[in-house]
Amino acid sequence: MSEENYDLVIIGGGPAGLTCAIYAGRARLKTLILEKVSWGGKLLFINKIENYPGFSEPVSGLRLMEEMKKQAENFGIEFREEEVIEIDIKGKEKIITTQGEKIFRSLAVVIATGTDYKELGVPGEIEFLGKGVSYCGTCDGPLFQNKEIVVVGGGDTALEETIFLSRFAKKIFLLHRRDKLRGAKILQERVFSLPNVEIKWNTVVLKIEGKEKVERVKIKNLKTEKEDFISCQGVFIFIGVRPQTGFLKNFLKLDEEGFIITDEKMKTSQEGVFACGDVRKNSLKQVVNACAEGAIACLSAEKYIEGVKYG
Amino acid sequence: MVKEVGLTDFQKEVLDSDLPVLVDFWAEWCGPCRMVSPIIENLSEEYKEKIKFVKINVDKFPEIASRYGIMSIPTILIFYKGKIISQTLGSQTKTQLKNFLEEALKKI
Repeated sequence: MSEENYDLVIIGGGPAGLTCAIYAGRARLKTLILEKVSWGGKLLFINKIENYPGFSEPVSGLRLMEEMKKQAENFGIEFREEEVIEIDIKGKEKIITTQGEKIFRSLAVVIATGTDYKELGVPGEIEFLGKGVSYCGTCDGPLFQNKEIVVVGGGDTALEETIFLSRFAKKIFLLHRRDKLRGAKILQERVFSLPNVEIKWNTVVLKIEGKEKVERVKIKNLKTEKEDFISCQGVFIFIGVRPQTGFLKNFLKLDEEGFIITDEKMKTSQEGVFACGDVRKNSLKQVVNACAEGAIACLSAEKYIEGVKYG
Repeated sequence: MVKEVGLTDFQKEVLDSDLPVLVDFWAEWCGPCRMVSPIIENLSEEYKEKIKFVKINVDKFPEIASRYGIMSIPTILIFYKGKIISQTLGSQTKTQLKNFLEEALKKI
């Protein structure tokens, strides 16, 4: 087992973690940032971002990620692709263990692990993953050229993805369990204006069916209690997210859904441990906010590290 | 090295290969694909004695993608003697992909 010492370890390489890394580099903290799967996190799932300040033309999530990462690299941050499986953060020295059996020691830790997509939890969902069931329109949409698809959800993500998918699909049935959409008004207006999108209100999916691939979904109208089927080749699910905080076990105060509770300085219940971005309770799930929280977390961590080092 | 393969050389490079072949289905617009690619590139060096690595752009060659029912990318298939012996999809860590390769090699 190899062991290394740092001032700061950032767990999670999405916009919150990367911004934190940029600030840490400029503060000349000896910093390591860990990412388990893909640098950029949820950014990679966004086709076009039009509300990130500084880009008058919409920018792709991929491009934004590449720029953020390069920016952090310029300041001498160390990047590693490792999944954290355990952290011991009770003492002054924080110990982070990764799947590769590496141990990293650090004075402070910033957790920016973000969220994962929620599943519907209906029969057929797991069986048909990659066979018509998808959680990423940006990844899979173009493979559904001229196909009929179902989109489930009613928030920003569901609406943005519906707009993106409407370029490819012949017909989209947008299923929402309420009688009103939750997403931003501008997105609602666009969805309402799309000729190939039909919204089914008060409707939930009961089952996804097919032989080799998705062929239809069984739905239910919650108002009338009537059940029905929709023939389709794809089911895109955007019904919200869950925090990736499993590895924290009981070390930190979490809310009932598992989001990390912090104060306005991004301090968690444990000294020397900070959290930022989507993984934090009440965080606005927007790139610009994740970045801002990353900056705050870094400044709080910097102050804490100075206190530990110089008293 | 991960070789770009298309319609004309798919038979020769993939189906007729003596070594097992890893096929990475990807596209320019797919963020997660672009993140998995460097990991696969990396593994292609480590495993070059045991596995041949190729990639197929689903935009350029939708025929191949639809022949194998690719409805989500990145999808990674492993062929041996013309048949699919293993498959996986979505973005993954290097450790996960390595385990996937090791499991596939056991089937040979």
